[in-house]
Amino acid sequence: MFRLETAENPQTLRRIAIEPLTRVEGHGKVTLLLDDADRVHQVRLHIVEFRGFEIFIEGRPFWEVPVTVQRLCGICPVSHLLAATKAMDLIAGYGSLTPTAEKLRRLMHYGQVMQSHALHFFHLASPDLLLGFDSDLTRRNIVGVAREFPEIAKQGVFLRKYGQEVIRHTAGKRIHGTGAVPGGVNKGLTRDERDAMRRDIDRMIEWALSAVHMVAELHRAKPEFYDHFGEFDSSMMSLVADDGTMDFYHGALRALDASGDTIFDQVDYAGYQQVLDEQVKPWSYMKFPHIRSLGPEKGWYKVGPLARVQTCDRIPTPLAEMERKKLLARGNGKPVMGTLHYHWARLIELLHSTEVIRDLLDDPDILGTDLMADKGERRAEAVGVIEAPRGTLFHHYRVSDNDQVTFCNLIVSTTNNNQAMNEAIRAVATTHLDGKTITEGLLNHIEVAIRAYDPCLSCATHALGKMPLEVDLVDAEGTLVHRARRNMGPER
Amino acid sequence: MSVPAAAPSSRLVVLGWGNDARGDDGLGPALLARIAGLDLAHVAAIEDFQLQIEHALDLDGADLVLFIDASVAASAPFAFTEIGPRDDTAHSTHALTPEAVLDVFVRVLGREPPPAFVLAMRGEAFELGTGLGAAAAEGLEAAWVFVRRLLEVPDANVWRKAAATSVLR
Repeated sequence: MFRLETAENPQTLRRIAIEPLTRVEGHGKVTLLLDDADRVHQVRLHIVEFRGFEIFIEGRPFWEVPVTVQRLCGICPVSHLLAATKAMDLIAGYGSLTPTAEKLRRLMHYGQVMQSHALHFFHLASPDLLLGFDSDLTRRNIVGVAREFPEIAKQGVFLRKYGQEVIRHTAGKRIHGTGAVPGGVNKGLTRDERDAMRRDIDRMIEWALSAVHMVAELHRAKPEFYDHFGEFDSSMMSLVADDGTMDFYHGALRALDASGDTIFDQVDYAGYQQVLDEQVKPWSYMKFPHIRSLGPEKGWYKVGPLARVQTCDRIPTPLAEMERKKLLARGNGKPVMGTLHYHWARLIELLHSTEVIRDLLDDPDILGTDLMADKGERRAEAVGVIEAPRGTLFHHYRVSDNDQVTFCNLIVSTTNNNQAMNEAIRAVATTHLDGKTITEGLLNHIEVAIRAYDPCLSCATHALGKMPLEVDLVDAEGTLVHRARRNMGPER
Repeated sequence: MSVPAAAPSSRLVVLGWGNDARGDDGLGPALLARIAGLDLAHVAAIEDFQLQIEHALDLDGADLVLFIDASVAASAPFAFTEIGPRDDTAHSTHALTPEAVLDVFVRVLGREPPPAFVLAMRGEAFELGTGLGAAAAEGLEAAWVFVRRLLEVPDANVWRKAAATSVLR
């Protein structure tokens, strides 16, 4: 049983629900059960978005899937495109990609990670970090940051735009791109497109490095707070390359425990079900993945930036690796576990992505015209995995003889982080809410912890300080005692 | 009514957003696709899943902006209104509102944005894996008639009058 997951006598407790209401993209809520002395007895994060995704895919022809899955998420469609295409490479019978095709896919993917991380930090995290968790809600957003820190806001917008341009050049379009197809890519890069991206990349690297330094400085100013906000021990998992270095596009699975010791390493992701299991709980639509050998209570883990910078042996670009070492030094030889370290790690990955993009643009292969691999024997089942901006993303398919998808299993990054996010908000509730009168500022601490993971739930919360909330306080008889609403204005 | 052969001199940016796999949320992309299909020299048609901060840069150089979206609040079949920059704290999606995009424009580019209008088409159902509902499809046709008139006269003063009456004269 997890601490604060299930209260002993819930019928005697008050219930507070923090419920972001969204139109279509995602729906999540936090519930807290408190006693009369405001002591916290139960905290749960519920995410109800992901049901129906697999059914949406099953029955479709496999060659449609890379395009169709982009409709699953308006935030990271390229991640779904690439994970699905990697699986369909195998289903369609293609062998190793050509060097040009793999590098173009990598360029697309690192562009995606770059724009996603830029959006998260500059749009979501920076208002909390730069303006303060308790600052005026009407100021705590990107516009507020733009007022107080105009250069930072401007750089965020241009970094995001640059990443989007990388996607457009490689995928063919801003959205619904078809650049990656089973067996390779269907669009090469022109010299003009390469030169246009190359012209600005050094400035992007410079801005990304400045952002890393800025967040590192914030940590240095309040080390106790940043090190321990939402801190809890957990295992970590990601893909790593053959040599143990960070790789967002391809690799094998590695998991470390909270001490940094290896649980498993270089596991072929096609056999992910041998090392991972998924548990269902009655109070959440989202599954709880865990490391099979450790069981559901001890086997949960975190994924995403803070996991990746620690599961890898090193980052293979010099500036990002230098910054990674500074972050890891906060742990004094042990893994760092504070939730706010996600922001620092995310910016290191942003910096790494810009360095990789520069290196790819300088690689002569990127202008090659050999775009499709040789075709071999078709398969009936395959798995595609990538490191999406938010963490490890699994796509697993079975296809019938008439090319229809008969089975689909997706483990999206946010699902991988499900238990970790629950632990984060329980840690915050224990430290910051327990025994206190609940205020909007305190509730924002919960949101801050969730946002650090940049979950797909953040589809509902990306516009920081604008998250629509309805908080109901209900007594033991179920009578509504108090209702607080914010940002519940007319919907467009 | 047909769009004139001679393109107006005003540069018009049309931003349409939504997810065509989620029922009536596809209204924005559907109308935008029709606009893009006209291939008008003075119109830049831009589609996305959501409005984001970088869309402020897409408005740079435009004389006039039209935002197109599905709406659960607009009266059927559509509402047409002028908007300005605003740090809008009241919306129900993670993405920016059109008003906030204009605000980012001001903050990032340091000047007033071009005149901007929203065409909000009434939507009812937004489930994954469904197409446009019957009422939304009907509303799309009404909006298409209206927006073709807008494209003929890309003039903020004329559009303002239309916003007041939802009729173009």
